Amino acid sequence: MSGITVNTKINGDPVEFICEADETLLDVLRNRLGLTGAKEGCSTGDCGACSVTVDGRLTCSCLVLGAEAEGRDIGTIEGMAQGEHLHPLQSKFLEHAALQCGICTPGFLVAAKSLLDKNPDPTETEIRFGLAGNLCRCTGYDKIVRAVQDAAKEMRSAKAKSAKTKTAAKKRA
Amino acid sequence: MPLDNAPEGKRKFNVVGTRPLRPDGIDKVTGRAKFGADASAPGQLVGRILRSPHAHAIIRKIDTSKAEKLPGVKAVITRDDFPDHTGGSGGLYDTLCNVMAREKAFYEGHAVAAVAATSASIARQALKLIKVDYEVLPHVTDVDEAMKPGAPLLHKDMFTDGVDPKPKKPSNIARRFEFGHGDVEAGFKKADIIVERSFKTEAAHQGYIEPHAALASMGPDGSAELWCCTQGHYMVRDVCSQLLGIDIARLRVTQSEIGGGFGGKTTVFIEPVALALARKANRPVKVVMTREEVFKASGPTASTSIDIKIGVTKDGLITAADGVFRYQGGPFQGCSPAEFGAMSAFAQFHLDNVRAVAYDVVCNRPKTISYRAPGAPMANFAVESVIEELAHKLGMEPIDFRIKNAAREGTKSSYGPVYGPIGLGATLEAAKNHPHFKAPLGPNQGRGMAAGFWFNFGGQSCVTLNIPVDGSITVSVGSPDIGGSRAAMCMMVAEEMGIPYDHVRAIIADTSALGYNDVTDGSRTTFATGMACILAARDAIKKLCARAAATWGIPEDAVKWENGYAKPAGPNAGDFAPLSLKEIAEASPGTGGPIAGHHEFSADGAGVSFATHICDVEVDPETGRSSIVRYTVIQDAGKAVHPSYVEGQFQGGAVQGIGWALNEEYIYGKDGRLQNAGFLDYRIPVCSDLPMIDTQILEIPNPGHPYGVRGVGETSIVPPLAAIANAVANATGVRFTQIPLSPPRVLKGIEEAKKAGGRKAA
Repeated sequence: MSGITVNTKINGDPVEFICEADETLLDVLRNRLGLTGAKEGCSTGDCGACSVTVDGRLTCSCLVLGAEAEGRDIGTIEGMAQGEHLHPLQSKFLEHAALQCGICTPGFLVAAKSLLDKNPDPTETEIRFGLAGNLCRCTGYDKIVRAVQDAAKEMRSAKAKSAKTKTAAKKRA
Repeated sequence: MPLDNAPEGKRKFNVVGTRPLRPDGIDKVTGRAKFGADASAPGQLVGRILRSPHAHAIIRKIDTSKAEKLPGVKAVITRDDFPDHTGGSGGLYDTLCNVMAREKAFYEGHAVAAVAATSASIARQALKLIKVDYEVLPHVTDVDEAMKPGAPLLHKDMFTDGVDPKPKKPSNIARRFEFGHGDVEAGFKKADIIVERSFKTEAAHQGYIEPHAALASMGPDGSAELWCCTQGHYMVRDVCSQLLGIDIARLRVTQSEIGGGFGGKTTVFIEPVALALARKANRPVKVVMTREEVFKASGPTASTSIDIKIGVTKDGLITAADGVFRYQGGPFQGCSPAEFGAMSAFAQFHLDNVRAVAYDVVCNRPKTISYRAPGAPMANFAVESVIEELAHKLGMEPIDFRIKNAAREGTKSSYGPVYGPIGLGATLEAAKNHPHFKAPLGPNQGRGMAAGFWFNFGGQSCVTLNIPVDGSITVSVGSPDIGGSRAAMCMMVAEEMGIPYDHVRAIIADTSALGYNDVTDGSRTTFATGMACILAARDAIKKLCARAAATWGIPEDAVKWENGYAKPAGPNAGDFAPLSLKEIAEASPGTGGPIAGHHEFSADGAGVSFATHICDVEVDPETGRSSIVRYTVIQDAGKAVHPSYVEGQFQGGAVQGIGWALNEEYIYGKDGRLQNAGFLDYRIPVCSDLPMIDTQILEIPNPGHPYGVRGVGETSIVPPLAAIANAVANATGVRFTQIPLSPPRVLKGIEEAKKAGGRKAA
């Protein structure tokens, strides 16, 4: 068995690891890098619990080989909060009780962030289809959808506020 | 058990009934929470299990010699590594047979050997080197087929229990049960209309997203540590130590965060295997199931075959109800929830004449285990379908027919006990008054409803509550938190102590820290362990008051506790400034040492639970696909401690029921192998399949709990099967008697009805 050396970026940090050819990115994250936030629910890309982003694109890390991370930019749940500040989606999931057992939560958060990055003002239907690749068995999705709606609203108003502040600052200058 | 202030319907709550953030929340949204597969140990090996490809086979010989020689393999185990410490019969012996096959493999996926190796790929290679010599036997996977004379026999020594005289021939029928009262035959004679139908339901899996995982460590002296995801780590400890022949105290089990269970993690599968591998290798071993293994080798729920006959008078009074409930529970006796199915089937009615006969049947399928209100949804589907049909025949509104015959306080239930205050009538009335009930329906849409029942359970709980010197509180419970129960525990302690919610922290203690705690099942945790928390808080309050009394030099009973303060009980007690919890805690090192409250008990009085569901479906006449357009759950919670998590239980149960009703089923080939062991083909509902799930919490206090709490976790999966089947019947004019109502089945039913020219049963 010869290992493959991979240089990649995870949550903005440069990372070097060695993996076997048949190891998935999920295996590498969990078993080699100690990033166990991504979960293995099926290993066939059906449940979304292992969701990460690869160069900004929402991906099931169980369907990507570790070696394929070479030169990429990987985003995981561990990179979602900024220091002690939770991402609005994380706060809203808590506020809305959008998790019961919590095993699917990291995958949902990564998928929801990816959705809102592309579409900051999704309809309920767009949210439901945007999250259709993530399985949750506890909640019936109701509170998850509401949390995403509320987070989107908050993120839009924060963005509008900061745009306003910037315009005001420009005007003052 | 004395409950000094139960029920407290009028009590004003400060914390209970609010919606604070859960204490484990941040860990769960940041990926830090450690679930079953997230732990590792120094020097850990990878454990993998070899499983039978046959549905039924004698295991003649297992040759592990080649696997043992593969470099990197540290242990190979088979049945020979599990000597029988159980006495050779009963449920524990069956568990032993299930975790590692002995004489026979009873289903596809049955464990036959296991290896521990230094890497996953070596472990996988090693499995391929194990040679098993099977003698393949005829198999049976259908419950009706299994009951027929001449069916392939699973056990030569299975003679149906509960039948007098005892049968002379063995069969696959493990046991017969009968419940009821009155005279059913006489009741049917009084009936003007009788509807009699036969139903079938397919097996569904709990479908928790987290596969079973265990990390075991065990020394040659028998001392062992186990980390695993389970609904009951005390159960895991007791069962594993008995299977492995070690003292219970030798094994310490720590419960990981649990990624869903729904009853499916109330037994052991891989845990004893991981321990046996760790013992043989003398190194830690981690075993994690694949999703395919979860489907094939953990416990789904039963498939069933049910006959229902109900008679009514012209004015809509039920005169008799009769049912036969055949449930297959996999290869071992006592595993199917046939008994619960029969007990719960007619529980929502006030009946003079009722009989429910159940058969527990064995088949070449995985050993079933509880799935949320085990046994009840299938029985409810059959009964509430007939009820709807009777209402149509009577020309009565189905809701009015249900209200007229509803069980109430004082009703002798179909399974024996007489009901105390129950919430069934209230849920039915609330349904009738709900805006959903009057909303217009679109084309191809139908509305259905059903009322459902679940028993609820109390059981053993042991709680310790510690008060450090700053007056904050740690409460240690032994009930795994599967859906936010730590929040509820903190809330009840805060309520009782009169302090803010965030001054309390609840943790799930390992098995060495507390006395026995029953599995988190039967919707018992918020009720029973919550009550233990309340009583432990009262115990601590007594001690806090004693410290204040000693400080003031007055008798203990001259001190009362109010809103987090010890105060003189009255003007005669003396004039002392109140002492806060914090002040008493701060002084504790000098006033007698640490202050702790305890409570251990076996809780009674769980209080039965009822729900009524309303559902609108739209059936595509071209494809037979049914979509849920609107869904409302109305359920009695007794008292909702954290309403958000109560709503979550209502919604989650309803959606699991929706999945079972419309899509989910175990599909077997003629070879007895499961054909859809993955989430692609065993399709559970996804976000885009569903609308919002509306909820209404009713609070009819349970006299068995100081705050009136009833368990809420299970009842919500009981009515959906019937509510959806009734909605589909009302949308299509076809009465379906088999679930799931998958598109091909519905399409076939619609087309056959067209040919036959009108309403019929499919």
